[in-house]
Amino acid sequence: MSEPRTLLQIDHVSKNFGRVTAVDGISLDIRENEFFALLGPSGCGKTTLLRMLAGFETPNDGRILLDGRDIARTPPNKRPVNLMFQSYALFPHMSVRANVSYGLEMERLPAAEIRERVDAILATTELVPFADRKPEQLSGGQKQRVALARALVKRPRLLLLDEPLGALDKKLRGAMQLELKRLQHEVGITFVIVTHDQEESLVMADRMAVLKDGKLLQCDTPHAVYEYPADRFVADFIGVMNFVPGKATADGVLAANGARIAGKLPATLSPGATAVASVRPERIRLFPKAQTANRISGTVEALAYQGLDLQLHVRTPLSPKPFLVRVTADAADRRPVSAGDTIELGWDAADVRIFKD
Amino acid sequence: MLPKREATSMAERSPATRRALWLVLSLVFAFLYIPIAVLVALSFNEGGLPTAWSGFSLKWYVSLTGNSEILSAALNTLIVALISTAIATLLGTLLAIGIEMRRQYGKGLEALIFAPMIIPDIVLAIALLSFFSMLNLTMGLHTIILAHVVFNLAFVCSVVRARLKSFDWSIVEASADLGASALTTFRRVTLPVILPAVIAGALLAFTLSVDEFIIAFFTAGAGRASTTLPMQIYAMIRFGITPEINALATIVMAVSITALTLSQRFNRGIIGQ
Ligand SMILES: Nc1ncnc2c1ncn2[C@@H]1O[C@H](COP(=O)(O)OP(=O)(O)OP(=O)(O)O)[C@@H](O)[C@H]1O
Ligand SMILES: [Mg+2]
Repeated sequence: MSEPRTLLQIDHVSKNFGRVTAVDGISLDIRENEFFALLGPSGCGKTTLLRMLAGFETPNDGRILLDGRDIARTPPNKRPVNLMFQSYALFPHMSVRANVSYGLEMERLPAAEIRERVDAILATTELVPFADRKPEQLSGGQKQRVALARALVKRPRLLLLDEPLGALDKKLRGAMQLELKRLQHEVGITFVIVTHDQEESLVMADRMAVLKDGKLLQCDTPHAVYEYPADRFVADFIGVMNFVPGKATADGVLAANGARIAGKLPATLSPGATAVASVRPERIRLFPKAQTANRISGTVEALAYQGLDLQLHVRTPLSPKPFLVRVTADAADRRPVSAGDTIELGWDAADVRIFKD
Repeated sequence: MLPKREATSMAERSPATRRALWLVLSLVFAFLYIPIAVLVALSFNEGGLPTAWSGFSLKWYVSLTGNSEILSAALNTLIVALISTAIATLLGTLLAIGIEMRRQYGKGLEALIFAPMIIPDIVLAIALLSFFSMLNLTMGLHTIILAHVVFNLAFVCSVVRARLKSFDWSIVEASADLGASALTTFRRVTLPVILPAVIAGALLAFTLSVDEFIIAFFTAGAGRASTTLPMQIYAMIRFGITPEINALATIVMAVSITALTLSQRFNRGIIGQ
């Protein structure tokens, strides 16, 4: 397979509002036809970065190259980029059809072509029955589809989506996530989606970038970000993680209570530095085999059923917070545990990630 | 919600208190509206004497149409109201949008713009008069129009701004994002959404202009050529109230009430959208 083409290159882009640095020297490549997610805590600069891509903010520094051409100073109406607004921003005085046609009318396309393309996108987004309604007569999910159709019908090189699913309830959100993926596949447009829901980005994205305080922490596939977080913050932000604070040694971390956690030390850490060893809840087994590298016994504090699996809170001497352990319902049935039990936990050295603390 | 609560609290009062309240209310309304009702009635009084009803007739309205002074004053008023409303609506709307878009500079500007609404008419009238004579402008309809633009601008601006407070500016960005120029965005998105408020502001301005007396009186200059309706009525009234004046006043009132009612309806979104 050939290396996918780079569509958009964000090159050392910074933006500050007065004394606040919203985006701080970010460099990112976005590839043709990929579904790219921007993820980070509130205020980390996701919206600001997206607005610079759309043309509503001008970077103080850096370049934004689309197909190799710097568009950092091109006004929004002259870019082959469309933004789907967080609030949808539908025109309240226009019908669904008029909302969707608007962008094509701006391109001065022939009426017949506009009609054809609008009909097609209304069909794809299943909006045909609502074509003559005003936005106020639509449900949240329908409004969202109109906003999407309005942006998609322009066939932009790049579609930007700012928390498109934020206003929806959990169930509808799940359905719309699949819907967005399907549409992206169908129309073959590059999507950049902003979200602060880490689960959403794991489900939807081909690649994702994690931002914090305007800086890029990591940019990779969801799998790589989840399995090999770049630092402690990413490890904590994406998914659930158990941390054991201590000191780095040649082959792991020495915990405060004297226990050794075996794991591979990253090249950036030298023995003696304060470090934190971490392991995902689903990597921990109950009643481990004797040869398991890391074993510790603890007291079960609480159990929570979560449908398919069972979540245990286990108090251990390794860390001030209880360990979170995920066991499949199946395994739990075979060897039942209850609150108050003392049990042994175990995990492999290969499942341990060590970070600077 | 509110009327309902008032209704129950009324019901809780004793019948005697309730009767007393109704009496006071009726007296207030009587004081307000009996003179107006009498004026309207007399404008249809065949005999023309304020003391005796001698039958319904439209003859005073007909005789108005033969009075060239009144007709020319009415025409002047119409010219002043229409032109000053048009200018004030255009400028007031743009001003309101400008202030709301750049709210950080708005505070000081705001006070300056709304001053004409608060300053007493007589002060504004004198100020404008001395300003015009300082500029050596010959007074006439054009100076009345300019003067009316000054206060109408403030009223249009405040009505449109009230609407813009709840305006979702992201639709302006969405329009640009979809490829529209600033002008197209204004024409196809901003203006249609705020149009009811713009029309409401225009109708309010028109009403204010039609019955404005003091400022027009000061800025009309000498001579009868630029006499407006309120000035004409004032001039006629010095020789006593004629049935013709009643008829004229009734017409002016009808025009004002219609324009104001429409203005309020547009503003509440009953018409439009
Ligand atoms: N127009 C502005 N003026 C001043 N500061 C701003 C402006 N826009 C954003 N900021 C600041 O820049 C920082 C980044 O904001 P941004 O909206 O990009 O965050 P975000 O990652 O989208 O957050 P959220 O998840 O809450 O939407 C914040 O500290 C914010 O207060
Ligand atoms: Mg945001």
